[in-house]
Amino acid sequence: MQLALRNRLFIFFSLIMPLGIFFFYLSFLAKGLLGPVKFFLGPVIALTVMGSFWGLSTALVTFREQGILRRFRVAPVTEVDMLASSIVANYLLALPTVAVELLLARLVYHVHDFGNLFSVWILVTVGTTSFASLGLVVASVTNTMQETQVICQIIWFALLFLSGATLPFPSLPHVVQRFGVFLPATYLVLALQKAFLNHAAAWDLLVEITALLAWAVLTFFMAAKLFRWEPEEKVTRNAKVWAAATILPFVLLGVWENHYGGVRSQSQSAMDSLRSGGRSSASR
Amino acid sequence: MTGPILEVRDLVKRYGNVEALCGVNFSVMEGEVFGLLGPNGAGKTTTVEILEGLRSPDRGSASVCGFDPQRDSVALKHEIGAALQSTALPDKLRVGEAIRLFAGFYRRHRSPGELLKRFGLEEKRHAFYGQLSGGQKQRLALAMALVNNPRILFFDEPTAGLDPQARREIYDIIEELRREKKTVVYTTHYIEEAERLCDRVAVVDHGKVIAMGTPRELKERSANTTRIEVRLAKPAEDDALRQLEGVVDCRSFDGSHVLHSRRPPQTIVALVKYLEAQGNELASLEIAAPSLEDVFIELTGRRLRD
Repeated sequence: MQLALRNRLFIFFSLIMPLGIFFFYLSFLAKGLLGPVKFFLGPVIALTVMGSFWGLSTALVTFREQGILRRFRVAPVTEVDMLASSIVANYLLALPTVAVELLLARLVYHVHDFGNLFSVWILVTVGTTSFASLGLVVASVTNTMQETQVICQIIWFALLFLSGATLPFPSLPHVVQRFGVFLPATYLVLALQKAFLNHAAAWDLLVEITALLAWAVLTFFMAAKLFRWEPEEKVTRNAKVWAAATILPFVLLGVWENHYGGVRSQSQSAMDSLRSGGRSSASR
Repeated sequence: MTGPILEVRDLVKRYGNVEALCGVNFSVMEGEVFGLLGPNGAGKTTTVEILEGLRSPDRGSASVCGFDPQRDSVALKHEIGAALQSTALPDKLRVGEAIRLFAGFYRRHRSPGELLKRFGLEEKRHAFYGQLSGGQKQRLALAMALVNNPRILFFDEPTAGLDPQARREIYDIIEELRREKKTVVYTTHYIEEAERLCDRVAVVDHGKVIAMGTPRELKERSANTTRIEVRLAKPAEDDALRQLEGVVDCRSFDGSHVLHSRRPPQTIVALVKYLEAQGNELASLEIAAPSLEDVFIELTGRRLRD
């Protein structure tokens, strides 16, 4: 299986490389708009990580539509092999992209203190896995390229706005915040912020890391169950039940957060430190 | 290996209201090229897909190399190779990469380079899949089917849509495999392919096997007769010719006699002897042998679309 995984990467490198560059530019643009860079470094990296799902879902749907997956099915390749290798390939593309972004942050914006890079690395790893799996789930549920694009856009905007990746979390209306807390993206953004700003070690971020890890495992499992090799195969009812099951942990987490409000206060303090930190760096 | 390498019993499959397979039965022995001949929609592809483990039958059983395609799917896939009806690969994948990729899926595999050379794709090793011609893509599909040295090969209409030159290249490959005594299940709706390439043929129509045997057996079984057209040096009586061995009917047209015979070799021998005795001679002789198309028409009352 090792061999199988490594071999699969060939395909993705020749195809998804252009997509990788696309995401790089996307995050670059987002960066250009930012002033208090350190505060926003978290969200920007998060965006890069989250973008994984779009590229992967598109690729998988295309492959299925074109009948490429069929040929793979004749070989002793399982759904798990296919999913795992696309996630790995995606990770190998995302990592350099993130590295380049950090490099640019240093060179262009003179950011020197990157906080706890180890935590950042862990979050990026877990994050790409989760969102890549999400993309694979989307690809398995939709039938045509158009459907996929539409659903991806919806998810993308939800993640973008509700999680604090664009507008800071505390500045979102309270009602929206309540919804945002249900999303994995929110945790990713917050965790990255803490890693960058507060040098948060992996231990401190345990809640977020566990949440993302759980999300990664569950979506991977769901993607494997829902995986379709042929365009005409129907999604079984059994599969749909599993799909709903994956949402459950995050629903629970969201409910819990709503009661204890940990996330909100943490992001609030991050915002406050921005205001105070911004003043001191502005005076430099 | 004693016993057949592949056995299919009472396969039934329906798609919604359509009964694609209504009880298909056949078996394939190791080392033979077995043809599934039938018009489009007969159920050939569905049968092959079930055998490859890509589809599951509603009823019936199949056994390939001793494995059940549904239950022992992964184990079976190590033993088989297939060229699907339409193979699609990512356009940007290079030929060499493609074959190496698939080679990597198996525990044991042949050298990708050697396979490319054998199929005449060596120079195209770095070309993108999207740049290949139809014939080249199909040759790559066949090469990929052989990459794991499979015990049994499934080729589903490998020459569909190819120009005659490319087709002949594919025939050469199949004939080579036949000489190597590889087991091949070959699907086609072209009569001449079944006659030329296959050791045994199952004629399929509307989800059922309506005839099975070697091409020769099938043609002999047909009540159809061979058409023998002769021109004689001197005129002869139709009635006399009709008495010759195996002749069912004899008619004259424009100075030639057209005999319909059930046993053409015997008829010809008898004809020559008769002509000698009569002091007559053969000026010209033309034989049109019954083809599998005739067999098909006889069995179904329809032509096999070519």
